[in-house]
Formats: sequence, C-alpha cells, structure tokens
Amino acid sequence: MQTAVIAGYVRSPFHFAHKGALVEKRPDDLAADVVRGLIATTGIDPAEIEDVIVGCAFPEGEQGFNLGRIVALTADLPISVAGATINRFCGSSMQAIHMAAGAIRMDAGEAFVCAGVESMSRVPMGGFNPMPNPELYERNEGAYMSMGETAENLARKYQITRAEQEALAVASHQRAADAWEAGRFDGEVVSVETGDGPVERDGCIRPGTTAAVLAGLEPAFDADGTVTAGTSSPLTDGAAAVLVCTEDFARRNGLAPLARIKAVAVAGCQPEIMGYGPVVSSEKALARAGIAIADIDVIELNEAFAVQALACVRELAIDLERMNLDGGAIAIGHPLGATGARITGKAAQLLEREGKRYALATQCIGGGQGISTVLEAA
Amino acid sequence: MAIGRAAVVGAGLMGGGIAAHIANAGHDMVLLDIVAQGGGNRSALAEGAVAAMLEAEPAPFMEKADAKRIATGNLEDDLDLLRDADWIIEAVVEKAAVKRDVYQRIESVRRAGSIVSSNTSTIPRRALLEGMPERFARDFLITHFFNPPRYMRLLEMVAGPDTRADAVEAVREFADRKLGKGVVACKDTPGFIANRIGTYWIVAALVEALGGAVTIEEADAVLSRPIGVPKTGVFGLVDLVGLDLMPLVGRSLRDAVPEGDAFRALYREPPVVTALIEKGYTGRKGKGGFYRLKPGSPKKEKEALDLASGEYRPAARPRPESIEQAGGSLRRLFEFPDATGAYAWRVMSGTLAYAAALVPEIADDAESVDRAMRLGYNWKEGPFELIDRVGADWFAGKLADEGRAVPSLLTHAAERGGFYRVEGGRLHHLAPAGGHVPVARPDGVLSLADAKRAGAPLAVNGSASLWDLGDGVACLEFHTKMNALDTEIMALIGRAVEIVGERMTALVVSNEGKDFSVGMNLGLALFVINVGAWKTIAETVAQGQEAFKALKFAPFPVVGAPAGMALGGGCEILLHCDAIQAHAESYIGLVEAGVGLVPAWGGCKELMLRASGGGKRGFGGAMPAITKAFEAIGLAKVSRSAKEARRLGFLREGDAISANRDRLLADAKAKALALADGYAAPEPRTIKLPGKTARVALKMAVKGLAKTRKATPHDLVVTGHLANVLTGGETDATREVPEDRLSELERDALLALIRTPETIARMEHMLETGKPLRN
Repeated sequence: MQTAVIAGYVRSPFHFAHKGALVEKRPDDLAADVVRGLIATTGIDPAEIEDVIVGCAFPEGEQGFNLGRIVALTADLPISVAGATINRFCGSSMQAIHMAAGAIRMDAGEAFVCAGVESMSRVPMGGFNPMPNPELYERNEGAYMSMGETAENLARKYQITRAEQEALAVASHQRAADAWEAGRFDGEVVSVETGDGPVERDGCIRPGTTAAVLAGLEPAFDADGTVTAGTSSPLTDGAAAVLVCTEDFARRNGLAPLARIKAVAVAGCQPEIMGYGPVVSSEKALARAGIAIADIDVIELNEAFAVQALACVRELAIDLERMNLDGGAIAIGHPLGATGARITGKAAQLLEREGKRYALATQCIGGGQGISTVLEAA
Repeated sequence: MAIGRAAVVGAGLMGGGIAAHIANAGHDMVLLDIVAQGGGNRSALAEGAVAAMLEAEPAPFMEKADAKRIATGNLEDDLDLLRDADWIIEAVVEKAAVKRDVYQRIESVRRAGSIVSSNTSTIPRRALLEGMPERFARDFLITHFFNPPRYMRLLEMVAGPDTRADAVEAVREFADRKLGKGVVACKDTPGFIANRIGTYWIVAALVEALGGAVTIEEADAVLSRPIGVPKTGVFGLVDLVGLDLMPLVGRSLRDAVPEGDAFRALYREPPVVTALIEKGYTGRKGKGGFYRLKPGSPKKEKEALDLASGEYRPAARPRPESIEQAGGSLRRLFEFPDATGAYAWRVMSGTLAYAAALVPEIADDAESVDRAMRLGYNWKEGPFELIDRVGADWFAGKLADEGRAVPSLLTHAAERGGFYRVEGGRLHHLAPAGGHVPVARPDGVLSLADAKRAGAPLAVNGSASLWDLGDGVACLEFHTKMNALDTEIMALIGRAVEIVGERMTALVVSNEGKDFSVGMNLGLALFVINVGAWKTIAETVAQGQEAFKALKFAPFPVVGAPAGMALGGGCEILLHCDAIQAHAESYIGLVEAGVGLVPAWGGCKELMLRASGGGKRGFGGAMPAITKAFEAIGLAKVSRSAKEARRLGFLREGDAISANRDRLLADAKAKALALADGYAAPEPRTIKLPGKTARVALKMAVKGLAKTRKATPHDLVVTGHLANVLTGGETDATREVPEDRLSELERDALLALIRTPETIARMEHMLETGKPLRN
C-alpha cells in the first residue's frame, strides 16, 4: 500500500472580492495560473499527472461546466490528464486532497493536482439562482442559514466576547504582515497575470489593524451581536494548489516531500453552529492517527470567523501559539473553494520549515460539517 | 458647429456644478482650478470639488458614474487639456482682472474656432474684453447659469455685436437640448435680467420691512405663495443664497446701473443687517441669518430676527388676514387695508414698475423678462404676467394716483389691454413698440398650455382631460392635486382609449404639473378604509388594473412622458405604456411598500415582465430578475434622475430622455408617431416563475436584513406578500404563468395588506408627516 505525501504547494495572491486586483480575473484562468505555477515549482512532467481535482463552493457561471477539466485544458496539461470538480463548500479543496490520498492508497494513480478556486467577485456566494428546497427550509432552517448568523450563535453559546474575537483578528493581521515582511510567503505565492499587469502580493492584509480600530465597527449580521466585518474572513478572490503523490513518485522526480498524509476525517454537526465542525472532524482524525491534540506541533485552523475559530480552540484545547503561524483567513482571505488546499499545503510547508513532527489542518463547512487532515513529517 | 468636449475653469460651487451638469449630459469634461497651496497634490482644488459634489445634496450628478467624465487638473500643469475643448467656460472669482488673466492663459492654448464664455453674474462683457485680442472677442460670450446649475433652468446669454453668430447658436443649441436650459438672450447690462429685477425685489422687501410695520415672517408669508413665489419668500431666500453675499451683490449692482436708475435711490445697507453679518451670520450655510435654529436647542426650534431690535425671538407662523380675504386675487391683496396688504403693494408695485421701466434696456421684450424670472427665481409668473393679473390699466392708474412715475411700456400695455392675450387660439405678447405678436416657440417645442388655448378638450372630467396635439396624437392630462390618481382619472383613461381608438393615431400621457403623478390619493384611500368599505377598495384596484391594461393593449401606441415625481400609481401607468419619453429630472419609483402596500395596478406585474427581459431566458435563471424587481419594489426605490430610472428597470432600451422640459411633449409626440407606423398591440405574455422555492430565497435575504434592523417586522410581512406576487404564487418552475395571474396576485396581496393595522398606521403617518413609518 502506497503512502500519500504532499510534495508541492503554491497559491495565488488573495485579494478582496469586488474591489481587489483580481476582480477581472476569471476563476478558471486564475486556477490554471496556479496549476502552471505548481508544475513549474515542482518541475514534474505533467504527463505523469493522473487527475486534476478542483474544489469550488459555487461551481456555476465561470466556475461551471466541469471546472477540473476546464482548468487542466486551460493550463495546457496533456490531453491524457483527467479532471474533476469537487464541492464540499469551504472544505472543497481539502476534500480534493483526501480524494487523491484515497486514490493513492487504492493504487488508482501516483500523482494528483489538488487545487481550489473561488472568485467571489464573479460568482456570488449563494450562486446566481439560489433555489432552496422550501420543505427542508421549513423543517430545518439551519440547512440554509447565513454563515454570519451561525457565527453569532457560537458567540452566544460559548460566551465569547467581542474583545476576544478582535484580539484574534489583530494577531492574524500581525502574523500575516510579519510573514510577508520576513519573506516567508516568497516560495508560496505565485504571480498571476491580469489586464493591469502581474499581481504578486496579497491584497487583504491590513498590517495596521488594531483592537481600537476594530472596536469601532458595527455588527455585520445582527444588530445586537458581536461579529463584525473585522472579525470575519473577507469575501476573497484566490486559488491554491497542492501536489499529492506517492513517496516513490516524489523520490523518482527528485522532490523532497513536505509531509506525509497521516489521517483524514469529515464529520457533521448542527448546521446552526457550523463553525464547530472542526471539533468533531479533528477528534476523528486524531483518533485515526493515534495521537492527541497535545502531540500536534503545527495547526492550521481556518478563521472563517474569529468567534468560530475561538470556539474550536476552546473545545479542542488548542495552543494558540501553534496555530496559524503566518496568519489566518481573517487577514489573508478566504476564497471558499481554495482555502482547503491553502491550509493543508501551508501546514505541510510549516511542518518542514519549523522542523516539527505532526500538523493538523482543519476547517468548518456551511451546512454543519468539519474536515480535518493530520500530517506527519516526511 | 456642434459642441463635443467642454471645459470649465474654476471649480467653485458654480464651476463645479456646471461641469457636473455637462457630464450629466453625457459629455466628457475638463475641470481646472488654480494650483492648490501648501505642496502635495497640485490639482487638489478641482479633484476636491468633484469629490465633494459626489456627496452634495441636492445631487449635482444624475448618476455617480457621471463624475468619471470629468478630468481634473490645475491651470499650470494641465492647461493643455483645454486644447481639445470646443467650449471653455470660465467660472472664477468675480474680479475682472483675474478673469482676464485666465483668458490670457486660455487664449495661449485653445484651438481655433473654440468658444469661450464667462459665467459672470455682474461684469459686463465689454469690461471683460478689455485688452483681449479680436480673435478672442469673436469667440466670447457670457453664459450666466443659476445655482444649482443642474436644477435651475435659466441660462442668461449675452453676446456682443462682434460675437460669431454660429458660436452663439452652438452654445444656445447645446444649452437647450443637452443641458435642458431655458436660454434667454440678454443685453450687456448690469445683472442682466433676473438678478437685476430679483435684487431690486429683495432690497425693496428689506427696506419696506425696516419700519417695523410687518415682521419678517409676515413679509415672507405675503411675498411667497400669494404672488406665486417659492415658499422661502424673500428673507428665507436671502438666507438660502447667503446673507453675506447681499452687500456684495447690492453694492456692485448699485455702482453699475445708470445714473437715475431706481435701484440707486432704493439701495441701503441697514445697520441691523450689517451687524448680523459682522456677527458671522451668513445664512443657512452657516449658523443662520434672518432665521436660525435656536442654538443648543435639541428640538430644532426656529427663531426669527426682529428687524427693529436686531434680536432673535421664536419664529411665528402668521396667517395674514390680507391673504385670507384676497382669496387668490392679487388686486385685493394689494388693496387690503392692513400692514401686510400695504407692504405687499409697496414691494411689488416698486418691483413691477422697475421691471416695466427696464424694457427694452435689458431685454428685447417683456416675455423674455417673464421667462427669466420664472426660470431663474422659480416665480410662477413673471412681472408682466403679474401686472396682467391685476390689470395693466389698474396698475398704471394706481401708480399715477400715488404720484409715482408710470413707465412708458406700462402705459403702452394699459392702452393695449395688457402684456398678453390669446388671439385665434394662440398666445400673443406685447411688442415694446406696436401691438401683440405671437409668442414664438422654437422648433421642437410643444406646450400643452398652447394646445389647450387652441381648442376644447376631446374629453374632460374633474380630474383629467384629453387634448388634441395635432397630427392624430392626443394627450391625456391629469389635473388633480399633485396629479394624484382617482376613479375619475381611471374613467377618463377608458374614454381616451375609445376616442383615440376610433379616430386618432396615438396617445401621449403627460401634463405640465410640477410632478407627473404622486400615485394613489392616500387621504381618500384612508377614508375608505376607515369606513370599512373593503368592496370599494377591491373595485378601485380592479378599475385601475383594467384602465392600465386598456392602455397597454390599445390598438394604438401610448407614450408616457413624465417629469418630476412619478410615484406608485404614477409609475404604474408609465410601465403600461409602449414607450416612455422621460424628462431628465424624473423621479420614478414604486413606493407602495413605504405605506405597507404592494403595487396592485399592475406595477409588480410589469416590472417583473421587464426584469425578465422580454420573454427571453434571462442570464442565470429566474432569480436575478425576481431579485431586481423585489429590491426595487421592496425597498421602495425612487430614481434620482431619468438615467437612474433606466438602471432600476423602469425605463427600457427604446425609452428616451429629454433634457429640456419644454421639449418633452414634442419629443413624446414624435415618439408616438414613430411607433404608430405599422403598430401592433403587444400580446399578453406568460412567464415561468419558481414559486415557493424562490420565496424561501427572498425570505432568507430579508431575515438577514431584519437581524441587522435594516428591515422592520412589518417589512417582513409586506415583502412576504410581494415575494408571493413576484414568484408567481403557487406555481412550479416548469409552468407558464399568464401575466393576468400576476395581476390577481397583486390584488390579493394589496387587499390582505390594507386591512392590517400596521399598514394603516403607515398610511396615516405618511399622510400626516410626509415621511414613512418604520414599524
């Protein structure tokens, strides 16, 4: 039985939807740029790729058709390379990695490009033509509940104050800004072509963010609530890609694997508190890996909302010093379909960079789910 | 020559406003000012002006996107930008030397054949031209805009004997057709027409009030509505314009008018006003003027200045008996034996006599003067129309009785029976020498008033009339208060469809009121609700639906031609027309949700049909169309211009906009005739709507708004009903819904909502306060 490893990770710069530098960039083109970047960085022969699996939360419009195949063709990969699109909302591209790892275990391929993309400028969250099932909505409103509302539910349930949320947001911006400053994003972020020239740097990070600035914002989702735009991840345009392959493939191609995929899990939770999802999926994944949270050296926990991340931190007893070392989604951005590949690739990269043994990448998913990946040093 | 690119030099209130309005007309603009002090951005003045205008109220821009048409710069680095301009407007400070310096710079770059004009309000053209070359003089004229340039319709134009005729014509055409201005040719005399007479009027009102016989509130009460002047009156107007400007304007006019001019004798700077200005009272733009809000008063109590003491006291709301007793008769007001009657007579007799003495010194004829005062000061009638109201002979006689001079033009008018008369169905005006001649209407100008003079209506009742516009086109006119819609109007629509169908070619729906129609008569509706006559309401809904449907499916084209507000039912009638020819200043919206209702005279149905794009499959399925209509109606959106109405979906691709109010009716008539050629009435449509599924999506969105208190509890109820209409009620995405079904759904929604206490509370609140109740 083959072991799956992560042998490469890149992402595009992340920019604000509707006003950032990638507004006019089609998502299929954006994903193709990143896939090209991954192949260039790893130097692999694209003919050896089995499948391009692209995660996307709203696969319609320019993200429609079979986005995976479209991206493979757009990136000029050989005709022999297949393509599939996977939707698990925010967990989409982490799911792509899980699928690749599973395929490797069952000898169904050696090398996979696991990518994710979302242009929240060009395809609105909820899609162009939302058609919720009226009967389900009557029975279970949470199935379609807005993410902001679920965040407020967690704030109430866990009595997490606004100040605590804002402290996490400030730290997120600070860490992301420091990482850029120190050149720690250099090998990770690939340049993307636009009509206005190449885009090379992130656009969402606000280095000057202070608790005082955040304290002045109005609640965004509930007039009586605590969650603001400053403690939520922004609507973002971006793409990320990870090379998942066998250890043999990596060795043959002279690649030093970043990490081994040790265990994975998905799990459901109450839709009204979907941000709690990482707790249940991480417990499962850790159990499968046979380790405890205390064994984890590096954690990438997606900051959909500060309050949601803090609820998970509390439930899983996470050490904040080990979490989101180069900043999280509140600062960097959260292009829904791309985030899973970003945080899994990031966790693998950090494991190598920091010289640690175990990493956990996990995120919450609208509709009430969590997804987790446990990585081990290669 | 035709004007394409324009430029404005001077980015103050007027220059900026002029630039914005030219951008509104769809023309690229250059706006320059001097280099900003203090280093940094050298073009900060022009850029700042554009940024400030994007926030200003009333909005100088018709759409925010129009601001992008203005290229900004400064007079040192960007003078070259003037090279491409066909028309360069100077709007810098009112100092001849400064203006001449700007002209030198303009002259150094402008291309041959370009036109330069000054927006001066006081300096004669010949003074501006001192030392300028002949080439410049040939291309130079004065174009005096009024503030704010987008909304005030008067443009005073002064050409010299040496100005190129084609330059004058090009500016006149552009100002008339593109900027919608009423262009009045003036002589090169101080203050031109409107400010010459207007300033006299203001100073006379102040001087006559100084004796203490009337308070400023009483003065404003008589010098406003009773004489057809906006409700600000005189003292309120001075506060609005800027109290600090008064001595500047007054002095400069006094020094400029000829020896012996009545204004020289009249002009005074009362110590009470001087003291006020010295204390920093500049009017509404500052801490107040003749009126102010009591300092530190949270309830915004209004105070008025006592002219005798110079102290503020609580403002009164006088209702002078003279106004009551006059009953609308100007002569009775002037003759009323109390202080306010005497005051009105003294101020107005002086002003009207002054105006009569100035023709032909300042204008070719009395009609030009009347037009200037109507368009520049928003007077309902100009001075000579006012004289006709009291009778020119009576007026001349009373002046003579008082031993005052009677201007020769007034004597002439008294002998000839007044300044205006209707002869052979046409309006005539008095030529300064000789008799009455027809009032000339430029090509492409058609006035309903003219059509009404020409003959009897084709049909009429208490609320509406049908007029013959010639060439087989009829005009349906409403004439209720604010043109609110009632059953009489609905009945006349039925008659109009019969009459036009039998013997005419096309119908235009238009009127010359301030507003096209404010929709349903709310007071009447509340009365019906209060007596519980639900059946009457159902009948009213059905009558309106039938009337508007009759217009839509009539065998002849119908063109709606709105100006001003077209709200609620006023918007719904437009949506049933084959085409709309809108005045640029049209404020269109389905505002029923504001009073807790949904449009039920076909407004939901028609907007939904429009949003769904002529039956073609819309981009992204049904939801985008539903969302567009839902937002427009649910948020009671009102366009702030005709251009914005297009974006909101009230105007369609083939609909057109007239910049000039005077051209609206002729443009609408031409559109109707163009449609009449080979006209086929539309077929009733069907539309696929997703029903309940889409309602859930809309409900989720509104619930999100309620969470952040952007939607109220009753908003949830109203939008729930609205969603039911727009999504086709109980249907399925695969089924075709006939448009009549949407009418039924609208009716049911309205009849359900109108019985709710919350909706009734909204209606009562709107009627009492004019503002929506957020319950």
